[in-house]
Amino acid sequence: MNKIQIIVNGIIKENPVFALLLGMCPTLGTTTSAINGLGMGVATMVVLMCSNTVISLIKRLIPDMVRIPSFIVVIATFVTVLEMLMKAYAPALYASLGLFIPLIVVNCIVLGRAESFAAKNSVGDSFCDGIGIGLGFTLALTALGAVREILGSGKIFGFSLWSEDYGILAFVLAPGAFIALAYLIVIVNKLSKKA
Amino acid sequence: MKKLESTLTNMVLVLTAVALISAGLLGVMQQLTKEPIALIEKQTLENGIKKVMLPDGNGTLSVSNEEKVTTDNGEFTVYTAVADGNEIGKAIKTTVTGFSPGLTVLVGFDNDGNIKGYEILKHSETPGLGAKVDNWFQKGQKGDIIGKNPGDAKFKVRKDDGEVDAITASTITSRAFLKAIKAEYDVFMQTKGKKTAKMDGMTGATVKSESK
Repeated sequence: MNKIQIIVNGIIKENPVFALLLGMCPTLGTTTSAINGLGMGVATMVVLMCSNTVISLIKRLIPDMVRIPSFIVVIATFVTVLEMLMKAYAPALYASLGLFIPLIVVNCIVLGRAESFAAKNSVGDSFCDGIGIGLGFTLALTALGAVREILGSGKIFGFSLWSEDYGILAFVLAPGAFIALAYLIVIVNKLSKKA
Repeated sequence: MKKLESTLTNMVLVLTAVALISAGLLGVMQQLTKEPIALIEKQTLENGIKKVMLPDGNGTLSVSNEEKVTTDNGEFTVYTAVADGNEIGKAIKTTVTGFSPGLTVLVGFDNDGNIKGYEILKHSETPGLGAKVDNWFQKGQKGDIIGKNPGDAKFKVRKDDGEVDAITASTITSRAFLKAIKAEYDVFMQTKGKKTAKMDGMTGATVKSESK
């Protein structure tokens, strides 16, 4: 597989949300609006790229039996460093994304890719896998966020489409997340089977 | 290079090394970012005080006095705001627990205890739900509390027989927020009360001397 294939693979065939059904917790929890979904997706992508690269670099130094704790420490360190850097040098960005950052540590996509891809492949490939899976996650979260925002509050990225009074509040709340996600998965599966 | 075997020595060594390197890195980063973060927090606070005391943004503002007050409801910082030489009220900061801990609310009161403005300095409420708190209660929004007096018995969410609209699906955050403001109002009255008491004492003395 070349690098482009790896990236495309992460977006479509192994899309973490629609195909692998990983990371359901942040997917359902943070997609109350399109911009929140985008924020969570981008933040996860950055961590995924860093953690995949470093884990791929040190994979030969980690004995098999302690790989999971080692990976978690590496990931948690990255997330905390990222959080501190954002706080100090990009306060505006931190104000909008800051809430999601600590959630990434426990995001199983990050650990999942470390285990299933970065621990077995070269550094370059792992980096690309981080981009691909990250983009796939971002797209899925943004799509889900957009659907919920449109149905729930009649807005898209904060721009009003119609009056908020016509919105179905359930879609902003937890049940709507499950319903919208299920239908999105149906649509994506249908489309990908035809293709 | 061959992969390291899972022997006890290797495992202990690797885990220790990973933990040490991570801890070292975090320590260095913490040192590096400590100053910029403190600076930004200070700026946010200064901008916040200006915003809650002078909502229309006109005039210059200075803080003449900073005072820490501790009551049963927690710790409060009281900033006395002065604009163009006159004391225009007080901004009070406190941190409460909303849906998650660490909801820091800064409120500006005019001299009568009416709310001039508020600002959420820090929070970790649920995005899309409780996180709306920074906008929801502002002027012209659904839960508008600007100009209200928290001493009023109706300064509660509708569910608790009040007259403030709670954030949709975030009653816990809304309750905590209003409770924080109420507590800040109590501190405001307390600090104000001290002065009033002093003045009353003086008046009392005058009355007494007159009666002599």
